[in-house]
Amino acid sequence: MKTKHWLLTVWVLIVFALHQDVWNWTKPGPLLFGMLPPGLTYHLGYSVLAAITMVLLVKFAWPAHLEEDTPNDQQPPTKKP
Amino acid sequence: MIPAIVVFIYLGIVLYVGLFAFRKSTGSKEDFFLASRSLGPWVFLLTVFGTNMTAFAILGSSGLAYQRGIGVYGLMASSSGLIIPLTIFLIGTRLWSLGKKHGYMTQVQYFRDRWECSTTGTVIFVVTALMMIPYIVIGMMGGGHTLEELSGGLVPYWMGGAVVAVVVMAYVFFGGMRGVAWVNALQTVLFLCFGAIAFYLISRNLGGYDKIIAEIAADPKDSALLTRQRISPQEFFSYAFIPLSAMMFPHMAIMCLTAEKVTSFKRTVVWYPICILLIWLPSVFLGVIAAHQFPGLKMGESDDVILRLLAGNTDVIVAGILGAAIMACVMATDSQIMALSTMFSQDVFAHYGGTKRYGDNAQVWMGRAFVIVIAVVSYVLALALQGQKSIFDLAIRFGFSGFAALAPVMLAALFWRRSNKWGALAAVLWVVACMAFSWWLQVHSNPLAPKPGQPPVPIFAELGNLFLRTPSNVTVFGYMPVMFMCLGSALWVFVVSLLTRPPSRRTIDKFFPESKATLLPST
Repeated sequence: MKTKHWLLTVWVLIVFALHQDVWNWTKPGPLLFGMLPPGLTYHLGYSVLAAITMVLLVKFAWPAHLEEDTPNDQQPPTKKP
Repeated sequence: MIPAIVVFIYLGIVLYVGLFAFRKSTGSKEDFFLASRSLGPWVFLLTVFGTNMTAFAILGSSGLAYQRGIGVYGLMASSSGLIIPLTIFLIGTRLWSLGKKHGYMTQVQYFRDRWECSTTGTVIFVVTALMMIPYIVIGMMGGGHTLEELSGGLVPYWMGGAVVAVVVMAYVFFGGMRGVAWVNALQTVLFLCFGAIAFYLISRNLGGYDKIIAEIAADPKDSALLTRQRISPQEFFSYAFIPLSAMMFPHMAIMCLTAEKVTSFKRTVVWYPICILLIWLPSVFLGVIAAHQFPGLKMGESDDVILRLLAGNTDVIVAGILGAAIMACVMATDSQIMALSTMFSQDVFAHYGGTKRYGDNAQVWMGRAFVIVIAVVSYVLALALQGQKSIFDLAIRFGFSGFAALAPVMLAALFWRRSNKWGALAAVLWVVACMAFSWWLQVHSNPLAPKPGQPPVPIFAELGNLFLRTPSNVTVFGYMPVMFMCLGSALWVFVVSLLTRPPSRRTIDKFFPESKATLLPST
């Protein structure tokens, strides 16, 4: 496996581990913008981090070979008579 | 009644879209079951997301947040935002490639070839088909209840369920996968908009969200809803295994075969976490608001809190439009019916010689006939077992665990050339045995179930904390059974594959062509 793929694997494992924010378990405040409790704010940020992780995977580990491996012999769909 | 009329208009539009897809069809087998593998990036994103979001995403999540607070977002949504796109990235793209290369239309076809065994494929077919039926029945029930609720009882449950069954059956029957994909794309747009609009209107009517949250924080009875106190750390951790189920659901796997190119997956993978955020955040917020507005609802009763909030805080027309968005979620049954029809016609009818004998056209009609059979049987079950909804809810929860625990089988098939049919079969039997045992344990421990907020109790005193009963679940040392099912399944497939004969060279060369290349002398 390439170094790039190792780094991405470690990154994904770190992101997975970050899901367990035990330090936010019983904190009701302070509220962000007067409405977001800390536990929820953290996981909103986590969703954005997940999206960033996906951007990294798509950019640096995209399985482009799958497209090349696939025969493109499909006929264009013909209309029903 | 006005909200119900708006919903009927919406159903009419959905039916039109589905029937319009029929006009675009070529009539071929590949077109009916897989929309000619032609979905572009945006339609593919909306369709895959809509396929995976069921009534639970809006109704169930707000009902659960009502009971357990804002932690429900971290419990179910943010972990799914990482795991589901990751499985689409790893598994979905590979399935797409195999489907395009070898003409597969279902997972079972791939398993049969990969494991060089028809029986293992048949076992997986039976297990997955059985786990799908409760979802379809619950969808019918959800349709009946939603229409009954929105019409103030003027449209009875049986009629609401029948309307949903007929509409879904019609556009799946005529439009096939293309109809399902287009309707799903429309529905996804609708329910992605729903959350933000409902949240804004309801909170505005109640005096602003910051004011409501301040009231909840100041109320000693409700302030726990702003923390994760009603969820144990063990449950929170083990719940992260559940999203592994996504790519094992037949409707999700089959949907992956409909993409035109592998690049169509890029947008889905990147946007999936954001789409989940857009749906789940407002739903969880609204569930917490509802807990403060009308406290005291039991589990199950709290599933319609969004409908109650809509009825009490929005204009009737707006309530109807938002009700239509809820129907969009409830009607995710379409892709499940389509998947079962594809599996039956491909894994049973075609596999046992039907297509060879009667031709492709017969297979398409067999698929259509099966759509009618599934819709009618599900509707009859939804009517006959109306009072037994909790059984189906339970079956779905077990279904999620079962599908998640089958993920190691798929990963082994795709990435480990040494894995073989015996390993796969052992893992599948392990999953079936675990589900049966968990079900028995759940039923056996029902009388012991503590009330919400109370600590879990040991099911067998002599075994200590091995099996604990929470208000709604059975746990193993406090962890959800799904964690042990997944780890056990991975262990079985690994150990049994190593102890038995590897797959033939021909199969390895077929599915791992790079291994063939490494064996060739370098030039």
